[in-house]
Amino acid sequence: MPVLKLALRNLLGAGLRSWLNIFILSVSFVIIIGCQGLYKGMGQQMERHSIDSYFGGGQYWQVNYDPFDVLTLDDAQGRVPPVLQKMIDEGKALPLLKRQATLYPRNRVLNITLNGIQLDQTVLDIPTALLRDADAAIPALIGDAMAKSTGLRQGDTVVLRWRDAHGTYDAEEIYIAAVLNTPVGEIDGGQVWIPLDRMQKMTGLPGAATLIVVARGGNPQPLGGEAGQDWVLKDLAFLLADTRGMMASQYVEGGVMYAVFLFLAMLGIFDTQILAIYRRVKEMGTLLALGTTKSDLVWIFTLEGTLHSVLAAALAFVYGTPLLLWFARVGFVLGDSYDQLGFALGKAIYPIYTPGIVAGTTVFIIALTALVSYLPCRRIAKLTPTEALRGKIT
Amino acid sequence: MTIIRIENLTRSYQMGSTTLNALDNVSLTFATGEFSGLIGPSGSGKTTLLNIIGSLDLPTSGSAEVLGKKIETLTPRQAAALRNYEIGFIFQTFNLLPVYTIYENIEFPLLLQKQLKPPQRRAMVKQALEWVGLADRAASLPKQLSGGQCQRVAIARAIVKKPRLVLADEPTANLDAQNSANIMEIMLRLNQELNTTFIFSTHDEKVIRHLRRKIKLADGRVVGGESI
Repeated sequence: MPVLKLALRNLLGAGLRSWLNIFILSVSFVIIIGCQGLYKGMGQQMERHSIDSYFGGGQYWQVNYDPFDVLTLDDAQGRVPPVLQKMIDEGKALPLLKRQATLYPRNRVLNITLNGIQLDQTVLDIPTALLRDADAAIPALIGDAMAKSTGLRQGDTVVLRWRDAHGTYDAEEIYIAAVLNTPVGEIDGGQVWIPLDRMQKMTGLPGAATLIVVARGGNPQPLGGEAGQDWVLKDLAFLLADTRGMMASQYVEGGVMYAVFLFLAMLGIFDTQILAIYRRVKEMGTLLALGTTKSDLVWIFTLEGTLHSVLAAALAFVYGTPLLLWFARVGFVLGDSYDQLGFALGKAIYPIYTPGIVAGTTVFIIALTALVSYLPCRRIAKLTPTEALRGKIT
Repeated sequence: MTIIRIENLTRSYQMGSTTLNALDNVSLTFATGEFSGLIGPSGSGKTTLLNIIGSLDLPTSGSAEVLGKKIETLTPRQAAALRNYEIGFIFQTFNLLPVYTIYENIEFPLLLQKQLKPPQRRAMVKQALEWVGLADRAASLPKQLSGGQCQRVAIARAIVKKPRLVLADEPTANLDAQNSANIMEIMLRLNQELNTTFIFSTHDEKVIRHLRRKIKLADGRVVGGESI
C-alpha cells in the first residue's frame, strides 16, 4: 500500500502533465470501446437483417442451385420432398422458387431473378400479404434499391418476360404492389417477388422450389436418403460466412486505427516515465537509503505509469458512459450509399457494448500501459545508490 | 562495544585511464553510543566512507563490518534490510519525499517493515515528531516548512525506527547558525536518550565543536584524530 500511495501521489503531484496523459488515454479508451461497439452492432445488425429477411434459421438448397451462377438457375428447381413439405405445412419452413427473367422498365432491358413466395408466410420479414389483393395483373414486390435503379414505383406496371419449364418464352405485365424498404441486398438488388402459386403456374413447375428457408430458431439437420441428395442443408454458419468475413476484415481495419491511437497515448506515457526517472534520481537514491530495493523502485515507477491507465479508465467511465450510451441510442446514421454497397445495415448502426468489449479493452490498455511504463524503469536496475543520491544516473 | 570495524578499506574509482583512490587503506572502529565525525575538506573521502558504512557503496578492497555484517558480502536485499532496520540517514538537502506529508515522510521507513501494525507505527511516528518538536506540523507538506524544520523531519525519519546507527552527511550545510544549533541539540539529546551511535560527515565548525570524537580525513586517508 505505501508503494501504491507513493505512486499515486507522485502521479497526481505531476499535475497537468499527468492529467494530459490521463485525458489522452481516456479518449483512447472511449474511442476504442466506441468503435468496437460500432463494429459489434454493425455485425449483429447485418446478421439479424439477413436472418430475418432471407436466411431464416438456415436453408435447404436444391442441389443445382448456385447463387453466384445465374445461368444455372433455371435448372435449379425440384419437387419439395415430403419431410420438408411437412415443415412447410406446419409453418416451420418456406419454399422459394427462383427463375431467371427479364424486365422492361422504361423501354430498357433488365435481367432479374424472379422469386416465388407464399403469401401467408411468416418465416421471413417480407410483407407478402401486400401481394394478396392485386388480381388484375401479376402482383410484385421489389426493394427500394431495385425501385431506384429501375425508376419503378408502387402502382406502376412493367412487362416481365420469362421462360417456362418447357423452354417457351412468355411475357405479361406485372403490377408493383409495394416497394420494400429493406437493407438486405439478397432480396432487393435485381430481385422481383411474386406469389409462389402464380409463378409455379407461369413456369409450369407445380410444387417446385429452388430453396427452402427454415424458420428462425429452427435447428435444421441434413436430410437423409434421396431427399438428402437433392436438397443440401446450408446452415447459418455457411450463409453468414461472407458477412462474418467482411466483419473480420473491418475489425482488422479498426485495429490499425486503435494502434495509431494507442501508439500516441503510449508515447506520452513512455516520455513521462523517462522524464520522471531522470528528474527523480535523487528521490530514488533516498528511497534506496531508506531501505527500498531496486526491484521495489522498478515496481513503484511501473505502477506510477500504469496508474495513468487506471485513472484514464475511471475518467473514461465518467464521461464515456453517457456519451457511448447516447451514441448507442441515436446510432451512427448512414448515407444511402451503404444500402447500394450491399451492407444489410439499415439507416443507422446502433453500437453494442458488451462486457467483453469493455473489460477486454480495459485490461488490454492497462496491460499495455504497464509494459510501456516498465520499459524505461529497467534503467533503475543499473542505478548506483551513491550516484542516485547525487542526482546522477548512468 | 564495537559496532563498526573498518580494516584496510580502499575505494577506488576509474577516471578514464587514471585510478582515483577516494579511500586509501582506512582502518577505524566505532563503538556504540559514539557521537563522532569524519571531518575534512571536500574530496577527502568523508561521504564515501559514510556511504560504505551505510551499505550504499562497496569497498574496492579491505573490509567494513557494520553491526556484525560484512558490507562487502551483503546481497542488495540484505543491504536494503540493514539500512531499513538498523541505519538512519540524514542528508544535507533533507531529501524528503515532496508528495508526502511530514507524518507520511516519517512513517515511510516503518511501512517497509512489514511486521509493524498501524497502531505501533502511529505511536512511533508520534514519538519521533515529539522528539523533534514538530507534532503540530504532521499534516504539512515539506514545501510548507523552513529548511531547519525540514532537517528536523529528516532527523525524525532517521530515528523513528530507533536504529542503532545514524549517518549524517553534512546535516547543517544548508542551515543558518540558529537552526544548526537546534539540530545538533536534538541529535545530542537523542544520542544520550536512545544511545544511538551518530557518525557525521562534515567540515562545518558548528557541528565539529559538538563532536566527542573527530576523525580527520585528507585525500582518502585518516590523518588525525582518533583512529585505531
